[in-house]
Amino acid sequence: MDSGAGRELLRTMWRIRVFEERVGQLTRANEVHGLVHLSSGSEGVAAGVCGQLRADDVVYSNHRAHGHAIAKGAPLEAVMAELMGRVDGLCHGLGGSMHLVDVEHGFLGATGVVGGNVPLALGSALAARLRGSDAVAVVFFGDGAVQGGIFVESVNLATLWGLPVVLVCENNGFAEFTPRSAHTNVERVSDVVAPYGLERETVDGNDVVAVRDAFARFLDAARAGAGPALLECLTVRLRGHYEGDPQLYREALAAEEWQRLDPILRLQRRGVEEGWLGEDEPAALEAAARDEVEAAVAFASASAFPEVALAAALVYA
Amino acid sequence: MSETTYLGAITATLADALRADERVFVLGEDVAEGGPWGATAGLAEEFGRERVRNTPISEAAIAGIAIGAAQSGLRPVVEIMFIDFLTLALDQLVNGAAKAHTMSGGQLTVPMVLRTQGGAGQRGGAQHSQSLEAWLTHVPGLKVVMPSTAADAAGLLASAIADDNPVVYVENKTLYFRRGEAPNGAVPIGSARVVRPGRDVTVVALSRLVPESLAAADELAGEGIDVEVIDPRTLVPLDLDAIVDSVRRTHRLVVAHEAVVHGGFGAEIAAQVQAAAFDELDAPVVRVGAPFAPIPFSPPLEDAYLPGRADVVEAVRSVVGAS
Repeated sequence: MDSGAGRELLRTMWRIRVFEERVGQLTRANEVHGLVHLSSGSEGVAAGVCGQLRADDVVYSNHRAHGHAIAKGAPLEAVMAELMGRVDGLCHGLGGSMHLVDVEHGFLGATGVVGGNVPLALGSALAARLRGSDAVAVVFFGDGAVQGGIFVESVNLATLWGLPVVLVCENNGFAEFTPRSAHTNVERVSDVVAPYGLERETVDGNDVVAVRDAFARFLDAARAGAGPALLECLTVRLRGHYEGDPQLYREALAAEEWQRLDPILRLQRRGVEEGWLGEDEPAALEAAARDEVEAAVAFASASAFPEVALAAALVYA
Repeated sequence: MSETTYLGAITATLADALRADERVFVLGEDVAEGGPWGATAGLAEEFGRERVRNTPISEAAIAGIAIGAAQSGLRPVVEIMFIDFLTLALDQLVNGAAKAHTMSGGQLTVPMVLRTQGGAGQRGGAQHSQSLEAWLTHVPGLKVVMPSTAADAAGLLASAIADDNPVVYVENKTLYFRRGEAPNGAVPIGSARVVRPGRDVTVVALSRLVPESLAAADELAGEGIDVEVIDPRTLVPLDLDAIVDSVRRTHRLVVAHEAVVHGGFGAEIAAQVQAAAFDELDAPVVRVGAPFAPIPFSPPLEDAYLPGRADVVEAVRSVVGAS
């Protein structure tokens, strides 16, 4: 592991982790509004995937999108301001947590409809191909999306047309409140798509290096014109489906078990063992992320709410 | 004067757009084969199957693909073969295409056209004959156009393809082989047309009810009733001024469409006109449309169900008699 690459993965994961911890607090303080879905536990997927993308590669995401947006380059200040409904937010306060978009950084957007953005990534991939570009489209979705018809329609079309798109499933074992075993008899998402003949792999999504390496192969292949792939990342949803979810449907993960699984702690342990990360560096990485997030909170808190007239002004282009 | 069919006007306009702008492409079920009526006939031969792209029967995904392609710089024209199947793509259209510009704070645009066709009269039964345009008009962010003539079919399609917003373009299958004046350039979205000037009653008619209302007007002229027929052509945005201007002259309004009256777009037109010009109305606004029932299959039943010339005649007589 190259030390620069390792530190960059850690930096991205810490930024997401600390950002979302703060978002949780601000939700309970009624400063962040609406339905908020945190990706805590799955930061390794966002970091392992997005860190390898070019600016012109596009990312679509789902309702649990903060980490994907941040990893693709969305500024923390503008993301936080959006969650707080402020005019300096990414979408001037008109989108919110489930509808983040940052066109400048190729984050074409989240959606509140489970599975809804999968075909949009295909459309973007088709556009790249028709324009003669080698840009690749990536879409994140959860295992809950896989039981929807539009997922199957999209997998069929992506493979039929050989589109440059990588489908990244974050399989955290829960679709909202219900475990995967109660929604389907197919345990692995990579098995669901097997008949379509696309490249597919299931990795430990809490091992950011494994995510990165598997995704790198799929990204290179898609860019070279070899068609789509599906990367299933087995991961953990530390928080409830949404902030405020009492989670009566499951036992909390034991602290020692989480220490073992946590993608950040795992990479830090590995970095120290491999000698590319100093013993005191993790604390410094975390502190730097906290400083950045506090600056984002200050920026967002100082931003005004948008003018009421803005909503009607942006109905049509 | 040269003439063309409504269908031929659509095909020629698609070809013009594909020729003029490499960002334009067509996708949908069987479009490369021309489709059931031939609306896209010959396009694949001229422009290739990359740009005239057959799809599986996957309405939701192809609508989503069109949205994604539009957000990445192309100008897709997606065909949903029957408006009845738009239900399958409605999530993408309503939650995706319509809201992307607003929800992104203006960052995203979705310059796509969704072509589809509705209308009964061909014994298609209740799942291949509906007029569902009112649903679409209820969704901010969509534009909805509904041409009734060949010239408007061409002119509105050209404007729809040039528009930076998602436009739903609703054809009527019974108009496809009607001949009309040849197209004469783009028709602006949001502009109504006075199809037949008249002094006594304004009939605002949509799609197939435009020729039906013209036939009704001819019949009523024999009774000394001079009917003005207005085709809004665009439902969203609606050219309310053109309708209200007419009502200020005639003081009587009939709204005629093929869709079920209950919850139909006629209710919206009636509400907007009474709000804008209540004092001008000498009679209640009367709506012509289909009864509140799924479209029956059996030919005599479908014929009885389908609103047309006779219903418009009766409605006009009723508003004249009401004064």
